Amino acid sequence: MSDTRFHAVEKLETGISGFDHVSVGGLPKGRTCLVSGTAGSSKTVFAVQFLVEGIRQSGEGGVFITFEESPADIRRNMLGFGWDIERFEREQKWAFVDASPQLDQEVVEAGSYDLGALLARIEHAVKKTKARRVSMDSLGAVFGRFSSPETVRRELHRTAMALKTMDVTAILTAERTEEYGDLARFGVEEFVADNVIVLRNILEDEKRRRTIEILKFRGTTHHKGEFPFTIIPQEGIVVIPLSEIQLEQKSSNVRMSSGNGKLDEMCGGGFFRDSIVLVSGATGCGKTLMVTEFIAGGRREGEKSLLFGFEESREQMFRNASGWGMDYEQMERDGKLKIICEYPEVMGLEDHLIRMKTEIKNFSPTRVAVDSLSALERASTMKGFREFVIGLTSFIKHQEIVGLFSSTTPTLLGGTSITEAHISTITDSIILLRYVEMFGEMRRGLTVLKMRGSMHDKDIREYTIDGEGMHIGSQFKNVTGILSGNAIHVSRDDIERLGGLFAEEDAR
Amino acid sequence: MNRFVLTLYVTGQTSRSERAIANLRRICDEDLEGLYEMVVIDVLEQPQLAEDEKILATPTLIKALPPPLRRIIGDLSDTEKVVFGLDIQPAAAAREAEEE
Repeated sequence: MSDTRFHAVEKLETGISGFDHVSVGGLPKGRTCLVSGTAGSSKTVFAVQFLVEGIRQSGEGGVFITFEESPADIRRNMLGFGWDIERFEREQKWAFVDASPQLDQEVVEAGSYDLGALLARIEHAVKKTKARRVSMDSLGAVFGRFSSPETVRRELHRTAMALKTMDVTAILTAERTEEYGDLARFGVEEFVADNVIVLRNILEDEKRRRTIEILKFRGTTHHKGEFPFTIIPQEGIVVIPLSEIQLEQKSSNVRMSSGNGKLDEMCGGGFFRDSIVLVSGATGCGKTLMVTEFIAGGRREGEKSLLFGFEESREQMFRNASGWGMDYEQMERDGKLKIICEYPEVMGLEDHLIRMKTEIKNFSPTRVAVDSLSALERASTMKGFREFVIGLTSFIKHQEIVGLFSSTTPTLLGGTSITEAHISTITDSIILLRYVEMFGEMRRGLTVLKMRGSMHDKDIREYTIDGEGMHIGSQFKNVTGILSGNAIHVSRDDIERLGGLFAEEDAR
Repeated sequence: MNRFVLTLYVTGQTSRSERAIANLRRICDEDLEGLYEMVVIDVLEQPQLAEDEKILATPTLIKALPPPLRRIIGDLSDTEKVVFGLDIQPAAAAREAEEE
């Protein structure tokens, strides 16, 4: 074999969704990696999926050494992910080394011993399946079986060393007692210290959040920090890579109609494709109407729209739309529209994200509307919400799609929602809809606050809503403080006097 | 007296393996003369047998008969524990019992 010392460490693509992104290409090939986590952090799923993807995606055999659960339990538990381990075993692609506790047998220790039989069995299984991947789950369980931890540590070390000579990429799982504490119990990290991954299952604001962090990969690169992941039926672990996908975002000069001619004008010719537009406003001020017009605009161009509703049922949405002369049902039959309504609380945001991505991929619309984004805030922590929005926006921008998200402000007059505070920098354009209280009357004002990469109208314009839709009129003259929710009418005299003050200053 | 069926699993011809074999022979010859069958299996040569029996540590001695099934791990240098683990009455103790 050639000397590999001078080559960069090669990576083995695991095939675990999103993980190969986060790890910049997969696990260090031919090395052993420690996967550490508390009870319930999905170590076993990770270890099993590592082998399953190897078999499914590249036909590489795998050996699973289990110290804890019996092979029968693992076969049964993993069926829910659609992983038919028994079939892999029949095809000689998968072999178990069953080192799970045999409860019916009493064991007496009489003198010194080693774990030579375990190693012989692993070698045998690797040969039998021509394995390129090995998972060992979990190391801590071995310690409880023997009276001498020193012997077990020495022997596991020897086993880990032997794996290197077998030309396999291996995962050893180990348990830890705290999410942010010692890496693993029994000091096992000492002998598999080169590559360490930590799985976490954190309780935050009464919500569970799973994350994966690559602590180190010796001699090669990886993305740093914790990345959220979720576990879904038929797929297993799905890691949600965040920051790195943002870097490749495209930006397009193609304009798409907002569905409202006047608004297009204010935006300098319409929304950009591959951009995200946030519409913020208090309840009842016309956000859903703007979404409807956006979809109608798409229909006029023969484009497909996908609408995610998190506040209202399908029937309510149909009724709203028909009030403005839009027949959503007909559009759905024509295949130009798909409406998906869901309660935010039915699943975690990670699962919402994956569901939305799948729907977008399958339907391939050019317009995506979310009504409202702020409703999803309830289903997660603030951090999780921000990650969700980043994940969704960066995905949408990759698909040559324009996205319109609505956000409800908590107060009727003025104000911003937490949603906006956290995601305004992520969105490309922001449109504010505001109530304006004047002379005992509620009027409505609209402004384009931000339009990345384009000139736009800076006026705060009055608009009205009737059965035809939204009508944007002229600028609110002689009124200040609309955005702060404190509209004050300024008389013409005052304006002239103010102008005069500056004129006098100039004259001096 | 019952016949003893014993299988000793070892890893190659190491000094630990040889010690275990010698210790077992000695104990059996002393206490189970003519009453035992002993098979030695090298797991390096027959790993599938180790897999079938789910052997983890070597040396491992399995007493298949008489029941109960029992496993004794280690080089069997602790004679007392081996005798206890096999449920045999040491020959010396048996003689004493007869004399009484």
